[in-house]
Amino acid sequence: MSLTPDKVKSIARLARLSIAEQDIPAYAKNLSSILDFVAQLDQADTGSVQPMAHPLVGVPQRLREDQVTEQVDRDRYQANAPQSEAGLYLVPKVVE
Amino acid sequence: MLHTKSIAEMARDLKARKVSSEELTRTFLERIERFNPKLNAFITVLKDQALQEARSADLEIAAGRGGPLTGVPMVHKDIFCTAGVKTSCGSKMLDNFVAPYDATVVERMKRAGMILLGKANMDEFAMGSSNETSFYGPVKNPWDETRVPGGSSGGSAALVAARLAPAATATDTGGSIRQPAALTGVTGIKPTYGRVSRYGIVAFASSLDQAGIITYSAEDAAMIMQVMAGFDERDSTSVDRPVPDYPAELGQSMKGLRIGVPKEFFDKGLDPKVADATRAAIKVYEKLGAVVQDVSLPHFMLSVPTYYVVAPAECSSNLARFDGVRYGYRCKDPVDLTDLYMRSRGEGFGAEVKRRIMTGTYVLSAGYYDAYYIKAQKTRSLIRQDFIEAFKGVDLIMGPTTPTPAFKLGEKTDDPVTMYLNDIYANGVNLAGLPGMSIPAGFVDGLPVGLQLIGNYFDESRMLAAAHQYQKETDWHTRLPKGYEA
Repeated sequence: MSLTPDKVKSIARLARLSIAEQDIPAYAKNLSSILDFVAQLDQADTGSVQPMAHPLVGVPQRLREDQVTEQVDRDRYQANAPQSEAGLYLVPKVVE
Repeated sequence: MLHTKSIAEMARDLKARKVSSEELTRTFLERIERFNPKLNAFITVLKDQALQEARSADLEIAAGRGGPLTGVPMVHKDIFCTAGVKTSCGSKMLDNFVAPYDATVVERMKRAGMILLGKANMDEFAMGSSNETSFYGPVKNPWDETRVPGGSSGGSAALVAARLAPAATATDTGGSIRQPAALTGVTGIKPTYGRVSRYGIVAFASSLDQAGIITYSAEDAAMIMQVMAGFDERDSTSVDRPVPDYPAELGQSMKGLRIGVPKEFFDKGLDPKVADATRAAIKVYEKLGAVVQDVSLPHFMLSVPTYYVVAPAECSSNLARFDGVRYGYRCKDPVDLTDLYMRSRGEGFGAEVKRRIMTGTYVLSAGYYDAYYIKAQKTRSLIRQDFIEAFKGVDLIMGPTTPTPAFKLGEKTDDPVTMYLNDIYANGVNLAGLPGMSIPAGFVDGLPVGLQLIGNYFDESRMLAAAHQYQKETDWHTRLPKGYEA
């Protein structure tokens, strides 16, 4: 399988990744070889096999009491924000 | 020679006041200063903080309040959140990130009185098998500085191999503890999925990620596992199950132990000299009374392709959180929100991380989801089933950890698939969620090779005991790379 440059650009767009134009051919080549490699899976007979999402097969999801267990320390968390003001995260204008 | 002592010996000497934690900590800090410029195994060294922690530990010990690990120095892989300390995950994306809280593993080791020397270099977001994808540059293998230490926990493995710390935490999503441990001649354990809390570990592939430890020996690993393992309500996949006394169970006899050797592991692709070293290591167990038999994992060849659908799919979902808004890297002068997302992610992530995100995005996208993702979830079931069948007749599975010893820096960076095949014997263990270890099993052309042990679910005790019994018969784990002895 060979991914076209346009297909690579559309995947990158879906993943919200800017990729420099000159790097597109290398991504196309590497991603194609990865997809060729995983295509081996087609040969496996998986007719009645149940898909497995995680290793804890058959372990029920644990529930807990609906209680407050954490306090949100906004200032501490926001110290890592690239841009914030008055407790808000700042981004470029979204609505005109 | 304080730096070559086992953790058990250090603990004994600390308790007997033959050595202080400050002395020990200084010894390792000096070694870091001396050798790290060659190895690049650290992203952050916490000299002052470590010395302060060591002095507090000495006071605790003097007051008779110390536990078995109080005052013993260690290092965290830079994927573990450490409150107030930069937690980069080897990425430009998190180069400016100071964790606001401690991971559960960090909290537990702190509570045990261990001294944090610094944070270890790693492949970016734990995606790599050579430590060459790190934003902070590659780590060198102390056995041959022109070679890779493996990855993604390459810093943790290299620094333990060079005796810059007696222990370093690590994580293993598809071999990232076992493979570097093998390539640098140290002991590494990846516990059962759910045994150690993932809370506060930067997520890569949530159904595969598991934290463990890299040490000189299995005995040291058992002591630290005792602290790391256990239920954590903050991790919804943490399993509430009692933790055995790992150090106390190290003495288990190997008599009658049933060892299964998967014949598929010895097919083409395995370096014949590595095969010989592996067989020789398994022979040691026969001498100790274990019964070795062939087992088969018929879907073994599907494990790497399955892994490279499942792991990228989960990674593309997990790494969506890096958006340049709440934390991490933000591009300069974004013109609008989409530009902010796209350039922050495009500039903040390295090439391998972008490849994996795009692979994951593709296999999860409409029209491809069933053909790739659901298909891989089904082959994952087959791989797990193979192990379950094998464990009906054996107690432990053994084989090589890697197909070859450490390769040269730059040798495999051009072709991702060639790089991925380095973890051919490792990936299946993560897909099934089983515990695995790598222990030093000799040398091929002067480079260390590892014996891989795979245990049944939550049977870490038996695996650690088997590793320990081997290390009582051999001295591979005590060898130091040339130039790092004193």
